[in-house]
Amino acid sequence: MSKTTHRSRAPEVVDRVIIRFAGDSGDGMQLTGDRFTASSALYGNDLATLPDFPAEIRAPAGTVAGVSAFQVHISDHDITTPGDEPNVLVAMNPAALRSQVGRLAQGATIILNSDAFDERSLAKAGYDSDPRTDGSLDGFTVYEVPMTSLTKAAVTPLGVKPRDAERSKNFFALGLLSWMYTRPVDATLEWIQRRFVSNPKVAEANTVAFKAGHAFGETAELFDHPFEVKPATLPPGTYTNINGNTALAWGLIAASQLADMPLFLGSYPITPASDILHELSRHKNFGVRTLQAEDEIAGIGAALGAAYGGHLGVTTTSGPGMALKSETMGLAVNLELPLIIIDIQRGGPSTGLPTKTEQADLLMSLYGRHGEAPLPVLAARSPSHCFEAAIEAARIALRWRTPVVLLSDGYLANGTEPWRLPDVDALPDLRVEFATEPNHVNEDGEAVFWPYVRDPETLARDWALPGTPGLMHRIGGLEKEDGSGNVSYDPANHERMVQLRAEKVARIASSIPPVEVVGDVDDADLLVVSWGSTWGAVDGAVSRARRGGHKVAYAHLVHLNPFPPNLGEVLKRYPRVIVPELNLGQLAHELRSRFLVDAKPVSKVRGLPFTAAELEQAIIDHLKDS
Amino acid sequence: MSETTIPVTTRKDWASDQEVRWCPGCGDYSILAAVQLLMPELGIRREDTVFVSGIGCAARFPYYMNTYGMHTIHGRAPAIATGLALARPDLHVFVVSGDGDALSIGGNHLIHALRRNVNLTILLFNNQIYGLTKGQYSPTSEVGKVTKSTPFGSLDQPFNPVSVAIGAEATFVARTHDMDRRHMMETIRRAYEHRGASLVEIYQNCNVFNDGAFEQITGKANRESMLIPLRHGEPIRFGPDGSKGVVIDAQRGAQIVDVADVGEDALLVHDETREDPSVAFMLSRLARGPFEPTPIGVFRDVVRPDYGTAVDQQIAAAQEQRGPGDLRELLRSGATWEVA
Repeated sequence: MSKTTHRSRAPEVVDRVIIRFAGDSGDGMQLTGDRFTASSALYGNDLATLPDFPAEIRAPAGTVAGVSAFQVHISDHDITTPGDEPNVLVAMNPAALRSQVGRLAQGATIILNSDAFDERSLAKAGYDSDPRTDGSLDGFTVYEVPMTSLTKAAVTPLGVKPRDAERSKNFFALGLLSWMYTRPVDATLEWIQRRFVSNPKVAEANTVAFKAGHAFGETAELFDHPFEVKPATLPPGTYTNINGNTALAWGLIAASQLADMPLFLGSYPITPASDILHELSRHKNFGVRTLQAEDEIAGIGAALGAAYGGHLGVTTTSGPGMALKSETMGLAVNLELPLIIIDIQRGGPSTGLPTKTEQADLLMSLYGRHGEAPLPVLAARSPSHCFEAAIEAARIALRWRTPVVLLSDGYLANGTEPWRLPDVDALPDLRVEFATEPNHVNEDGEAVFWPYVRDPETLARDWALPGTPGLMHRIGGLEKEDGSGNVSYDPANHERMVQLRAEKVARIASSIPPVEVVGDVDDADLLVVSWGSTWGAVDGAVSRARRGGHKVAYAHLVHLNPFPPNLGEVLKRYPRVIVPELNLGQLAHELRSRFLVDAKPVSKVRGLPFTAAELEQAIIDHLKDS
Repeated sequence: MSETTIPVTTRKDWASDQEVRWCPGCGDYSILAAVQLLMPELGIRREDTVFVSGIGCAARFPYYMNTYGMHTIHGRAPAIATGLALARPDLHVFVVSGDGDALSIGGNHLIHALRRNVNLTILLFNNQIYGLTKGQYSPTSEVGKVTKSTPFGSLDQPFNPVSVAIGAEATFVARTHDMDRRHMMETIRRAYEHRGASLVEIYQNCNVFNDGAFEQITGKANRESMLIPLRHGEPIRFGPDGSKGVVIDAQRGAQIVDVADVGEDALLVHDETREDPSVAFMLSRLARGPFEPTPIGVFRDVVRPDYGTAVDQQIAAAQEQRGPGDLRELLRSGATWEVA
């Protein structure tokens, strides 16, 4: 190591870096990663994050099962994913190292908390020998930093008990990384004061630990020099860093304002959807009503009841809850009332992988109800896109009086990215015209209200709210006569109603934009079609493949039922079609059956998102096929 | 909804144009008549009234009321009605349910609607049988009941709906029966007037699959000796000339006694408003089934803030404190930065 001082060590400029913080569930890695992200956002980098934590709140300390990790990708240019292979790993204990080392890029930097590498901890992590000395880390640049003891030494003089002192070691790590990547410091120090305002002692300890970590980087002779990732050139505007669940909650609030209808959420806590319930519960001043229901069925039931009363009814859940809600979704299809069902998909079936991502609820959303019960299905493509997707779901639900399924997933729910705030005035008007007058004259010449008189263009039915004088009527789950809404067992009427409900959903296609094809639009040898959260990885993979000289086009679907009107024509334009999905080929199945094209699935069901590299390889492999 | 006076209506105004399609002789007809007769007396508007039901014979009820109505899915009416009542506190929301709908498939929703004290009037038609599915035993059927699904007799201990409701923290619990229109109207009126969740168990005869289930207590000749009318503030007495009464025995709880043996002063004075539900619960256990003297009337009527009002108060407080929500401010509520 050279003996240079920090003053002479100018930062080396890099265009991007992927950092992974990993430690025990109780080590505060999510908080550390979050804060590093926030200061990077303020600095002006483009970024994307991927929290990765176990389902257990506190798995046994020091074990691989209990490792909680947070990955952040920061860049000086536009990026769409949290990155494939981390360049830097911060490992707070042996279990963190063991569980994460396989993901790292060649030659990556590993920063270890060397205090945690005692014999017992190594054994707990399942190491037979010490990886620091047995050669297994050859090829990586390893820095050993005694974070626990340095933190204790810095914090103990404040009068903090040794056990509490150790708790601040994640702030030491944050300080060190903030130095390494020349992150702004003041915002983090202010944030520590705010965050721990109720416990000044902890605030002080964390501040001191953060500063100690920063100073360690600057003065210790371990590190040659810091790095700098310059701000990205993003379109002008006001930005905030947002995750998918918050964006969804805000999108629902926006939709309620745009529709001039109060928002009602009926929900039952379930990972990874609960944060939408949490976020909406905070915003009662927007007139938001949230009901933590007794179960998933009551959640959607209450939302449907509120919708009947003229509120914007929403229920939020994940796969197991979707299964429980299916009967009420069928009722909503039959009643023809607007309702938004949000599924934050996770690994399944059954309890599956509660904290891991998957896209395997598509066919369930499209078809998972008894009888012919079609409903519109949409999927958000990125954390910030969840805002727009929520508004679009409300637009379709309200205009067509139909339940709408909006799909997100664990990756979008918790992942973050900078979001250029939309112009609120440019958001669509979602107001509904409720019936206030009779719409039919019966045989006796009496003006009456018939609940199933339809708009000839959209086929949406007339909607009269309870409380409207003279328009009293009954609706229900029994088949009803078209027009009057009276219970009807007539065979021809049932067939007509089944077809009308299907046709109504099909007609939504006329209101959605054609699917956009990007890349080698005119002469691609292969078209990639994707939906949902794979958007970022596919976008990256297509760019790489094209840089490699391949002719590739790309179409991403937000609307999954009905599809954009031009989709069939687009699919038939290219000799090869591949469909990357975090399932065994559900959209591919759908495209094949609907359009008779040889769409080939590219599957991954590991609870993890695709990496751009994996998909680039899939593109190249499929191009080899004749 | 409006400030103008409520128009005078008659039973006919509250009946829809739909042909009533229960089996001839079904107890549901008399309940429908009682409700349609009661509605004009409540001083409410038809358009502000909603009947919500689940599935079962009783669940057809909304189709016959000229109000707003929703015939939903099996067991879920209390959950759906909860959403409606919270969204629209201006409406009068009635839930019509049966013993299978409310206590079997929908048991969870019923108890949670009751403990939350959602402003709902819940009418539970108890005929102790599954009628619509043609005669299987229900969660209120007696042990040993022989039905198509229990040819050797049912093994299940039945629920006592009044006990369940009291155990579920209900603030209003009552019982009536389909053979006494006046008592039904009075009991349902009281349930309607209660702010919060109210549950009325209505003994209802299914003359096709469980005929005469309540005959031993509700038959004209038997009522006097088998029904124990609960009247707030009065000693609990029944039987010819009020010869029987109810006392609370220190060791054995609520007991039926001969008034002549204990003296009138020893009788339990009925108090619907006791905060402690124990006495109401004891009364609900007096009869093991509709073959022993059975209390009818209001068991419990206590005041507790209703859920919808509390929800609205939280919203009002949040708006008072933070002002009505501003979307622009919300979007800027996290850390933001400008890119020029």
